[in-house]
Amino acid sequence: MDFWFGERKMAFDYDVVVVGAGPAGLEAAIYLAKEKVNVLVLDRKQEIGCPKRCAEGLSLSWFKRLKIKPNPDWAVNVIKGAALYAPNGKGINFKDKEVNGYILERKMFEKHLAIEAVKLGAKILLKQQVVAAKRVNGGVELDVEVNDEIKKVTAKIVLACDGVDSLTAKMLGLNTKLDLKETDSGYQYEMTGISGYDEELLHIYFGTDVAPRGYVWIFPKRGGTANVGIGIGAYEAETAKFYLDRWIAAQPGLRNGSIIEVNAGAIPVGGFLTKMEADNLLVAGDAGHMVDPIHGGGIGIALEGGLIAAEVAAKAIKANDFSDKFLSQYTKKWYAERGTHLMRRLKGRHLLEQLTNDDFNYLVGSINMDEALKIGNGTLTAKDKALLFTKKLITRPGLLKIMMKYLAE
Amino acid sequence: MVVKNNPNKCLYCGACVGVCPVQAIVLKDTRIIVDEKKCTSCGACVKMCPVGAMALQKN
Repeated sequence: MDFWFGERKMAFDYDVVVVGAGPAGLEAAIYLAKEKVNVLVLDRKQEIGCPKRCAEGLSLSWFKRLKIKPNPDWAVNVIKGAALYAPNGKGINFKDKEVNGYILERKMFEKHLAIEAVKLGAKILLKQQVVAAKRVNGGVELDVEVNDEIKKVTAKIVLACDGVDSLTAKMLGLNTKLDLKETDSGYQYEMTGISGYDEELLHIYFGTDVAPRGYVWIFPKRGGTANVGIGIGAYEAETAKFYLDRWIAAQPGLRNGSIIEVNAGAIPVGGFLTKMEADNLLVAGDAGHMVDPIHGGGIGIALEGGLIAAEVAAKAIKANDFSDKFLSQYTKKWYAERGTHLMRRLKGRHLLEQLTNDDFNYLVGSINMDEALKIGNGTLTAKDKALLFTKKLITRPGLLKIMMKYLAE
Repeated sequence: MVVKNNPNKCLYCGACVGVCPVQAIVLKDTRIIVDEKKCTSCGACVKMCPVGAMALQKN
């Protein structure tokens, strides 16, 4: 597609180049292709959706919000609730009659998205390493290493969805660096031949010895297979692998299971980038730190981030305006629709990080699941708070102080 | 001192790339490449790595 820039007629290879074929990039490509925008998706890997850096849980609310139908090809298990466990082994749980989430098979899910994007007119290329990016003639020129050659690709807008290891946005002057203090170190096994837990619940284990400043999870697939993982503060003395191996060794239902996949990754739990765009550039997914600050989940958030970025990119292409000013609609829309709401949950994580083993034991023994969810979401009513403070936390002044500070902020 | 990647431990997850303050680390498919000229040996990647595959060593 051609357009006039000053006196010269400029031609770009693509309207939009998406870097990164994960949920954010592929959801964006689907929307852009639907809007007849000329879009190319580049991924540095040899395979889409693999290796995952993910526990693969996606709640039903995201399916509804994004109008996605769960497909048994990639939505491999139904989830009806969750169980939270204190260090002393006691737990609280809730289980709905209805399905309220799914465990995905990411390598199938992303391939499904990729096939849909291509059917609608997008193009995808793999083993493409973006090694440099600069602004040229009102657009962007990418140097892409393919085999041993550098290939030039030009576009009006670049959509950086290249994960926690994103360098594309940095090459174009937007700093997406992760703050070590606000990033969790994640490690996971997909295990099979394991038992002793309800396969329709997500299982979350707290404790400063179990997972300092984080938690251990079991996200079940069907028939004795599950993602068993951990996220901990990045500045702990031991690695995430150390803590997970130690925990699994103490679980009778898990320790004799077999590992069929090993996963790792940084989890950007510190809240979203405050500015997610620049001239000719939009950032979505993990590259924009789009992860729930409490539980570290990011599939749904990345899908929605990619979608909103694509909506703004399509508008920009139609308006022929790729300036930071025009594209800033994206950051505004993101915060208005999701960001501000989710950022409230950052306080919830800071609260969790302060709790001791005794606090966890006490809380799990005294509060119910409804209260736990409301604390996490920051939706306790005045009546809830009064009950919590006067009846349940009154005997634990240290915990009461932490909670009051959290709830007053 | 400079940071070195141990490919025998590495799961090429890219966590080290994200926390590097000077963009000295690149993840290329299944390889972590450290630009030793750029590395300031701050150790952020060493702390971040989930499997202990990054270590500060004498150059």
